[in-house]
Amino acid sequence: MTGFAEPGASRDGYGDALLDMAGDERVVVLEADLGKSTKSCHFRAKYPERTFCLGIAEQNMALVGAGLAESGKVPFASTFAIFSERAFEQFRNGIARTELVVHLCGSHGGMHTGQDGSSAQSTEDLGIFRTLPEVTVMTPSDRNSARSLTRKLLDHPKPSYTRTARNKTREIYTGEEAEALEIGKASVLRDGADASIIACGVMVERALEAADRLAERGVEATVIDMHTIKPIDREAIIRAASSGAIVTAEDHSVIGGLGSAVAEVLAEEAPTMMRMIGVRDKFGESGSPSDIMDKMGLTSENIASKVEDLLAK
Amino acid sequence: MPSVDLVEMGESAKRCRRRIVDMVYKAQSGHPGGSLSCIDILVSLYKGVMRFDPENPEWDDRDRFIMSKGHASPAVYSILRDLNVLTDEDLDGFRSMGSVCQGHVDRKWTRGVDFSAGSLGMGLSFGLGSALAARLDGSDRHTWVLLGDGEIQEGQIWEAAMATTHLEAGNITAIVDKNRIQNDNFVDEQMRVGDISSKFESFGWEVIEVDGHSLSDVTAALQRARGSGVATAIVADTVKGKGVSFMEDNPAFHGAAPNAEQYATAMEELA
Ligand SMILES: Cc1ncc(C[n+]2csc(CCOP(=O)(O)OP(=O)(O)O)c2C)c(N)n1
Ligand SMILES: [Mg+2]
Repeated sequence: MTGFAEPGASRDGYGDALLDMAGDERVVVLEADLGKSTKSCHFRAKYPERTFCLGIAEQNMALVGAGLAESGKVPFASTFAIFSERAFEQFRNGIARTELVVHLCGSHGGMHTGQDGSSAQSTEDLGIFRTLPEVTVMTPSDRNSARSLTRKLLDHPKPSYTRTARNKTREIYTGEEAEALEIGKASVLRDGADASIIACGVMVERALEAADRLAERGVEATVIDMHTIKPIDREAIIRAASSGAIVTAEDHSVIGGLGSAVAEVLAEEAPTMMRMIGVRDKFGESGSPSDIMDKMGLTSENIASKVEDLLAK
Repeated sequence: MPSVDLVEMGESAKRCRRRIVDMVYKAQSGHPGGSLSCIDILVSLYKGVMRFDPENPEWDDRDRFIMSKGHASPAVYSILRDLNVLTDEDLDGFRSMGSVCQGHVDRKWTRGVDFSAGSLGMGLSFGLGSALAARLDGSDRHTWVLLGDGEIQEGQIWEAAMATTHLEAGNITAIVDKNRIQNDNFVDEQMRVGDISSKFESFGWEVIEVDGHSLSDVTAALQRARGSGVATAIVADTVKGKGVSFMEDNPAFHGAAPNAEQYATAMEELA
């Protein structure tokens, strides 16, 4: 697998991965009139006989996936993150509960989606899918990791929900580095003894910027890409707790998302001072991704200052 | 019609009716009405039409049967008992902890069950997935989906109906158990579903209307549907609670168990 000169968005990585996996005849692709957006369109163009376009009907799509899976296919279904929520009960009862391996990808997750405004800015998808037994939940940070982690779903024994982002982000992993990632295993991007920043999705690039800022001020922070929200890498969190200060960063509600998942582990295993950067129980609005991310406090400066707050305690 | 033993099927339907009442009575919970209304359909399907090997219910290339109205699980368990896939002990455990006979049909718990239901409105979509997989595999296995007439109030049913003909899946049959009653009351009181046949027709389905308690007519309709090559909806006129006088056409026995006296009466009537 090669890297990309153009960084792209994590949704592009999803589209790349579908093509990578096309050699496996079990792979089928399901769409709900958003294939151009989620990037399954490239697979559709090359393999129309294995692509099912189901119209604007997400609930039907979820169960069509289950039916295909029961007969030995490996369905990859996608829509916007927000509309995956419409099929939540279908996903729970028809996929998670039945242990039929269907992979659902919700693109355009989070405030990062920007201009479409609050109706499209899903900031609860990771939280709700995380509550389902048997379901793997991921949110990759860049195109290469989205490509690699999606490919790894091909032999993954559980159904999954993966959030991808609409907009481009910087490359976090080269193609080769991304290839080494494993579902359920956190990736340590930077080591530092003073504090730990655990981030996911589009907040990983901001976490790395925050660590740069902190280093300029003499604070060395570990940065962890927690691309898999469930099953969460408990050991990585416990190791990170040894720094004594943890800040989580997610483009998602702080209720139920990465911050909550990390807090659940810390509270039981290693109580540690922590702060959460995330959406504070509000809906978004239209605006450029950077404007809306700033307004919601999803910034590298905010991450850095929370780390400093903790260290001053 | 290929030869089927209508006498044996009639006996089988009777045995299944007794089992349905017995299971619900012993568990003191469950759904007798909608089980009794569809049991003649299940007997016709399993004994007359379906490609299903009771010795090997996991056979990959079997027809799929999707009991979308999963509360009618006693009907499924009773026919699987008739085929010796399940045992009397299995049925005796219905709805009790650890039993393979869960309250609603569940593929993880019961051999011979293809779909986990309980949440109405999902089965036709699942069936479409099964049918598409069969087509990809180049197999002539067929998918059968049993729907309730209240269940089709769910919007997802019509998403699936539209997608089935759009995707030209011709290897699937939906059977609507038109017993005119849902949970609280008669369908016409709760939410009129109107002319079910013309609704399916308008989505491009072939429609067959049939007396859902005539084993010969149902069997003939199922065979016609299997051979038609187009998505077919069989709208079966049925009586909820069929076979037990005080349950017939009575919304009270949608989801209620008989007491001891009622049980005795029912078993007498079904003797
Ligand atoms: C989504 C959903 N909503 C509500 C219920 C509760 N419920 C169980 S059975 C039933 C009535 C079903 O009526 P119908 O489909 O006509 O079935 P039948 O008459 O054959 O029993 C209801 C509302 C359910 N199981 N699923
Ligand atoms: Mg009914």
